[in-house]
Amino acid sequence: MIIGAPPEMPGRDRGGPGTPLLQVRGLAKHFGGSSGLFGRAKAGVVRAVDGVDFSVGKGETLGIVGESGCGKSTTARLVMQIIEPDAGEILFDGEAVGSRALGLRDFRRQVQMVFQDSYASLNPRLTVEDTVAFGPRVHGASPSAALAKAHDLLHRVGLEPRRFAGRYPHEISGGQRQRVNIARALSLDPRLIILDEAVSALDKSVEAQVLNLLLDLKRDFGLTYMFITHDLNVVRFMSDRIMVMYLGKVAEVGEAEAIFEAPGHPYTSALLASMPSMDPDHRTQEAPLSGDPPNPINPPSGCRFHPRCKLVSTLCSQAEPALNVMAGDHLAACHLVDPQSGHPRLAAA
Amino acid sequence: MTAVDLSAVPIPPAERSEGYWASVLRRLRRDPVAMAALAVILLLVLAAILAPYLAPADPFRGSMARRLRPVGTPGFPLGSDELGRDMLTRLMFGGRLSLFMGVTPVVLAFAIGSGIGIFAAYVGGWVNTVVMRIIDVFFAFPSVLLAIALSGALGAGILNSIVSLTVVFVPQIARIAEAVTTQTRNRDFVEAARISGASPLTIVRVHILGNVLGPIFVYATSLISVSMILSSGLSFLGLGVKPPEPEWGLMLNTLRTAIYNQPLVAALPGVMIFITSIAFNLFSDGLRGAMEVRQ
Amino acid sequence: MLLYALKRLIYVLPVAFGVSVVCFMLVHLAPGDPLTAIMPIDATAEQQAQMRAAYGFDKPLPVQYGIWLFKVLHGDLGASIASGRSVASEVGRAVGNSLILAALATLIGFGFGTFFGFVAGYFRGSLLDRLASLVSILGVSVPHYWLGMVMVIVFSALLGWLPSTGAGPGGSTAWAFDWEHIRYIILPAFTMSAIPMGIIARTVRALVSDILSQDFVQALRAKGMGEGAVFRHVVRNAAPTALAVMGLQLGYLLGGSILIETVFAWPGTGFLLNTAIFQRDLPLLQGTILVLALFFVGLNLIVDVLQSSLDPRIQRG
Repeated sequence: MIIGAPPEMPGRDRGGPGTPLLQVRGLAKHFGGSSGLFGRAKAGVVRAVDGVDFSVGKGETLGIVGESGCGKSTTARLVMQIIEPDAGEILFDGEAVGSRALGLRDFRRQVQMVFQDSYASLNPRLTVEDTVAFGPRVHGASPSAALAKAHDLLHRVGLEPRRFAGRYPHEISGGQRQRVNIARALSLDPRLIILDEAVSALDKSVEAQVLNLLLDLKRDFGLTYMFITHDLNVVRFMSDRIMVMYLGKVAEVGEAEAIFEAPGHPYTSALLASMPSMDPDHRTQEAPLSGDPPNPINPPSGCRFHPRCKLVSTLCSQAEPALNVMAGDHLAACHLVDPQSGHPRLAAA
Repeated sequence: MTAVDLSAVPIPPAERSEGYWASVLRRLRRDPVAMAALAVILLLVLAAILAPYLAPADPFRGSMARRLRPVGTPGFPLGSDELGRDMLTRLMFGGRLSLFMGVTPVVLAFAIGSGIGIFAAYVGGWVNTVVMRIIDVFFAFPSVLLAIALSGALGAGILNSIVSLTVVFVPQIARIAEAVTTQTRNRDFVEAARISGASPLTIVRVHILGNVLGPIFVYATSLISVSMILSSGLSFLGLGVKPPEPEWGLMLNTLRTAIYNQPLVAALPGVMIFITSIAFNLFSDGLRGAMEVRQ
Repeated sequence: MLLYALKRLIYVLPVAFGVSVVCFMLVHLAPGDPLTAIMPIDATAEQQAQMRAAYGFDKPLPVQYGIWLFKVLHGDLGASIASGRSVASEVGRAVGNSLILAALATLIGFGFGTFFGFVAGYFRGSLLDRLASLVSILGVSVPHYWLGMVMVIVFSALLGWLPSTGAGPGGSTAWAFDWEHIRYIILPAFTMSAIPMGIIARTVRALVSDILSQDFVQALRAKGMGEGAVFRHVVRNAAPTALAVMGLQLGYLLGGSILIETVFAWPGTGFLLNTAIFQRDLPLLQGTILVLALFFVGLNLIVDVLQSSLDPRIQRG
């Protein structure tokens, strides 16, 4: 077993630098009721993910933000193939997952996930080293080789093997547990790691340490990240590109700085405005988001955000906007971005 | 960064923490009641196993001239029964059958019930529903009734009695096994194990069994006292062991007519059942307490 | 609540169906023809064939089941081989006696059980708790048929205060609510109450100590509310589960009464069962078990619905 492999082991990059590592098209998942899809959905069906397209380039970090219930965690699980999508396709390095070119087991070696609850993610009966060594053992490593790899990874994530390898989850802190989870995710030499609110449950100081660790590991191992969070500061710090989700659909996607400097979707603007500010010159005077949080069972007609949007017009309640291009790869699903949509505010400009 | 092959490098020994079962044992050892109960159980088991060597007399040989002697008669330290056999000997030998018939159904039910419950819970879906519904049918009978009905239908005998009690306990254990396994199966670390590409069998072996067998085992130990009372009860009714085999429940039955003559002697076999039952209950409670400490 | 009751009823139907199948199959469990137990040894082949046809044993099993089920649904449980009377009437007579005994035992057990459980739960960790818990462990561990014998030894043989067997003077099989007959029910009822007492005491202790440890209660006390108010709060919260357990215990006692009824020769369904087993009276055996099991199922259903109406949080899907 080779430890400390250089970024992008030779032979693994099948698609070449131009192919995105992950491409998702038309992904959808509805819970409850039989396969009712767009329009044919039965009453009571939760449309958790309702037609999502995005891609993740090699070596970049895609941040995914949104409020609770927007579908970001479900999207992660659909990509990981933990749950079956109702529609859509997932291409990893140009190949469809589950096809002959890329079997599920093979896929699993290349994509791993770190969960939010560090305690629930660890088997209370296994020691730290056994937990990290489990993956390699499953794929055929000998016990000693797997343990050696586990110790090396523990060292890489900042947990000294002499102190930590023989410990049980309940004996270490939350931050340390999350490092174990990261080590476990790395144990299969993945190319893509999905971090689902991986630092949300940690104290702020610990969170900063873990985030820096993630950046170091990304550089050292040549990783690609999908970073899911509801914390806007964190997502700005970590991401190259950001995707904003709302009610199971993509609201906006683009370069991180572009999103923060010039948000295209009113929802994104509202999210940014709702970040509490320490600057007395920029106090938050009124609540940027009005209305009740949306109900994923009965989403609003037309643009899903229209009941809470300050720039709403009748067009918005009738027609659902596509992901329109703002500039380059900066896209937003809003009529105001499309000069030909017929939104009344555009005519005034 | 150069690649290094570390499999040849010896790993320095890490500090090892106490495992889960080791911590349970440690807590158990500090519980005086549980330890006392365990001591009583071991004593009874030992007396039963060593009965052929320790008992003063022959459990089958009696003499009508010496029947129903009271406790403390010379030669009969605990008196003699209705056929003149020494009570102490009969009680010791009786322990063999009573303990065997009480513990065996629980052991069998533990194995079978856990298998059914864990399987049903891990597979989930309609298989789970069907299996648990079938289990529900057995739950529709009160245990005593089911045990007696099955025993009555199968006929008397040791094997039949063990079979019917096993059938009574399998649904109870299966239900607990299913509940605990469903709970465990939904936890994140099982999902993480699935993501690493492990086969269902591996996941059950490594991740589920270790977390599930403990609670099921504790529940099973709490069933032992019920099993002993029921199996002796079956013999009491004449559905289990047949005379002249020594067994506590059967002895209670045959000594019933002697309650006016020698009430103390007549009550002795039941005292043994009582003591055994209390000991198993106290030990089971202690075990549950030792396992329940929130980690 | 009615909707929930209906839902539970529909859920129970397949279970009841399964119960009937099990009851039917009981008789056919033992290897060999069920007939061999009934027939005299020297019956000729022709007589055997006649009997077989008369009982319908010559037909395939599913058909036999269908015929039996059809009769059962019309209230015909067959005729007892030993006495010749209809099983339904025998069971009907015995059920009343068993119900009275079980109900009384449940009440006694519930009364003492809640008392001990309350004491143990309120004064958790103290000597009182240990004593009360000890009593409940004793109750749960005791072999009740032996306890019955001991009660007879003490109160009948040694002290001569109470009769040892039967439901009434002269071995009568009907029990009535007068002083003559009450003497006969005391020993069996108290004996029967031991196990439910232990179980209810344990349950109540756990419930009470759980409720008392809730933050809610500390808040009540901090507000200055007296112990009386706290007590009422505990009772209100513990009642649904405690009553449910009591109901279940009643069911267990009814179904499992055979041992005690045998010790005291109490003319109930348990005693009837005993007779049926030893006389290999298959119709009586089948009919009694079916009635008892269905009683238990029905009782569980009622307890379930009542409990959910008292505590809406408890609703089984």
